[in-house]
Amino acid sequence: MDFSSGLFSFLYQTGDAFAFLVLSACGLAVIFGMMGIINLAHGEFILCGAYVTTSAVQVGLPLPIAIFLGTAVAGLVGMLLERVIIRHLYSRPLDSIVVTWGISMIATQGTLIILGSTMPGTGTPFGSFSVGGYGYSVYRLVLMLAALATLAVLWLVFTRTRFGILARATIQVPHIAEALGVNTSLIYSLTFGLGAALAGLCGGLYAPTMTLVPTMGSAFVVEAFVTVVVGGADIFLGTAPAAAILAVVKAGLTSWQGQLAGQIGLLVAVIVVIRILPRGLTGFILRERA
Amino acid sequence: MQIRASGVLATLGTLFALSAAAFAQDGEPIKMGVLEDQSGDFAVATIGKVHGIELAAEEINANGGIAGRPLELVTYDTQSDNRRYQEFMRRVLQRDKVDVVFAGFSSASREAYRPIVDQFDGLAFYNNQYEGGVCDANMIVTGAVPEQQFSTLIPYMMEKYGKNVYTIAADYNFGQISAEWVRDIVKENGGTMAGEEFIPLGVSQFSQTIQNIQNAKPDFLVTLLVGTAQASYYEQAASANVGLPMASSVNVGQGYEHKRFQPPSLADMYVTTNWIEEVDNPASKEFVEKWHEKFPDEPYINQEAENSYIAVYLYKQMVERAGSTDHDAIRKVIAEGDVCMDAPEGHVCIDPKSQHMSHTIYLAKVGEDHSITFPKVWDDIKPYWLGDVGCDLTKDNPEAQYTPSDNPKKSGG
Repeated sequence: MDFSSGLFSFLYQTGDAFAFLVLSACGLAVIFGMMGIINLAHGEFILCGAYVTTSAVQVGLPLPIAIFLGTAVAGLVGMLLERVIIRHLYSRPLDSIVVTWGISMIATQGTLIILGSTMPGTGTPFGSFSVGGYGYSVYRLVLMLAALATLAVLWLVFTRTRFGILARATIQVPHIAEALGVNTSLIYSLTFGLGAALAGLCGGLYAPTMTLVPTMGSAFVVEAFVTVVVGGADIFLGTAPAAAILAVVKAGLTSWQGQLAGQIGLLVAVIVVIRILPRGLTGFILRERA
Repeated sequence: MQIRASGVLATLGTLFALSAAAFAQDGEPIKMGVLEDQSGDFAVATIGKVHGIELAAEEINANGGIAGRPLELVTYDTQSDNRRYQEFMRRVLQRDKVDVVFAGFSSASREAYRPIVDQFDGLAFYNNQYEGGVCDANMIVTGAVPEQQFSTLIPYMMEKYGKNVYTIAADYNFGQISAEWVRDIVKENGGTMAGEEFIPLGVSQFSQTIQNIQNAKPDFLVTLLVGTAQASYYEQAASANVGLPMASSVNVGQGYEHKRFQPPSLADMYVTTNWIEEVDNPASKEFVEKWHEKFPDEPYINQEAENSYIAVYLYKQMVERAGSTDHDAIRKVIAEGDVCMDAPEGHVCIDPKSQHMSHTIYLAKVGEDHSITFPKVWDDIKPYWLGDVGCDLTKDNPEAQYTPSDNPKKSGG
C-alpha cells in the first residue's frame, strides 16, 4: 500500500466510522442530550425508519423519497409517543428509563409478531470504486456526506430558525419561556419528534446496507449512547467532536488489531472521558471558553 | 355422619384415580421440552426448528403417538439469551419433569445448559450444526459437525480456487473452534492462512474488515458469521466489490442469506449443508409440501428445521424400541448401532460412540441470481472424529467437549 492510497484508506475508514456514530447519535443527542430523556427506545425509532424506508423502496419509490418517508414516519411516531406517554416523565428521568425500555421491547416483539423474523433487503445502490487496488463502496461516501449534511442542517435549525431558538429557550428555562408566551408543550413535542425523525433518518440511510430484523436497532444503540455520553449536552460542541475522536480510535484499532480491539477501544475511551470530564466534551469546551 | 360418608367417598375417589393413573400408563403423554430462540438475534434461523418439532409431533399424535402415548410439547422462548437457557432448562427438568429436551442454537447456549442436563441426568437433543466435539451421554446431536462440513468443503475450495485462505468468524466458542478446524485442514492440504479475524457477536459494520481482507488477497474466504447483525457483512462486502468466493458451514443452510439479500451479494458462496429446501429429491419435495401445508408463511425451511423434524422421529423410534423413556434403556438401543431412518436428506444413523448423526452432505453453490445448485453430494458421511480421538459413550461418559488441540488422543501423546 503506497502512502496516498494508505491515507485515503485511513480517511475512508475514519469517515465511515464517523458517519455511523454521528447518524446513530444525532437523534439521541436531541432527546437525551438536550431534553434529558434517557431514551432506550432509540434503536426502535431507527428500526421504524429502516422498515418504512425498505417497504417504500419495495413498492417502487426511489430511495431518497423512501428515506424521507422513513424519517417522517419515525418523527410522527415520536411526536405521538411524546404526547401520550413521554410528556408525563420530564421530571422523572429514572421512570423514563423504564418506560422507554418497555416501549422498546413492545416495538421489537410487536415487529417480530406482526412482520415476521426478517425482511428482505433492497441492496446497496451506486456500486463501488477502487483506489490503490482496494474496492470501496460509493454508498458509504453518501453516508459520510449525509452525516455532515445532517450536522449542518441541525446547526442551521437550532441557531437560525425561530423553532430552534424557542426549543433551546424552552429546554433551558421552561417556565420563563412559557411566561413569554411560548407554547412549550408544542415545542417539547416537536423537539422529541425531531429526535425521533433523526433516528428514523439513520435507519433509512443504513437500511440498504444491513440485515433487516426486529432487533436491528440494538446495533446502533451502544454506539449512540457512547457518543452522546462522551459528547455531553450540545450536539455541535459535543456529539460531532466526540464522534470524530471515537471514529479515529475505532478505525485505528480495528485496522490494527481487528473488530474486537475496536469495540474495546470505544468503550475504554468512554470510561476515560467520563472519569476525566464528567460533563463530556461539551463541558470541557465550554469551560475552556469561559 | 354425613361428613364422614363424604370423606370416605372422597378417599375412595382418590384411590380410584390413583389406580387409574397407574393402569393408564399407556395414555399418559410423553413430555418433550422445546427450548429454542423464538425472538432475539438468532430467531431468523430457529423459528423453523420449533415448527419442525410441531409438525413431527402433530403427525406422530395423529398416528397414535409414541408407543400409544401422545407426545406433549412444553415450549419456552429462550430469546437468544444464554441465561434463559439455564433458567428454562432447570424449569423443564425440575418442574415440568419432561422426558426429553430439544434445545439450543448457538454453541454458547448449549454449553450454558449442558451442565444442568448432566446434573439432573436429563436427555437433550441438540439439533444444530456446530463445531463438534461434545462427548456427553446425556446429549444426542443430530446437527452436522466439522468432519462432515469442513473435511468436505475446504479441500474442494482449495482445489478449485487456490490454497491461500482467509477466515472471518464469530468470536465465541463456535467461531474459534471452527476456525481451528479450518486452519488444520488448510495446513494438512498444503495451504496457508492469509489471515483470520474474529468478530464479536452483534457487530454490524464491516468496512475495516473488508479492507483487511482485500489487503491480504486470499484465494477464497471462509465466513463463519453468526446472528443477524453479522449477516450485514455480505451486503457491505458486495457494495465494496470484494468479489471473493466464499465458503461456509453456517450461511444459507441456517440464515438463508441468499433469500434475504439482493443478488448478487452472496454469489459464489459455497456451503456444505445436510439439507436445505432446494434439495431436489422426491422425499424432500414431499417434506417441503407437507411443511407449507401446515406453515404456509414459512420464509425458508433450513437444515436445522429438518434436523429437528427427524430428531422427533428418531426419539420415537428409540422410545418404542426401548419400551420406555428411561435414559439407560434408550442408550442401550443407541448402542445397538442401528437407530436409523430415511430422512428428507437421505438415510441417517446415530453413531453409538459419539451419539452424533451421519449425514448426506450437499455442497450448495449460490449463483449470481442467488439460485442454488449442488455441484457435489457426499453420501453417508459419518461423525467419525469423536470416536477417533477416543470418545466412546458406550463405555464411559466424560461429559466433555473436545477440540482439535484438546482431546484424549492429544493428551495421551
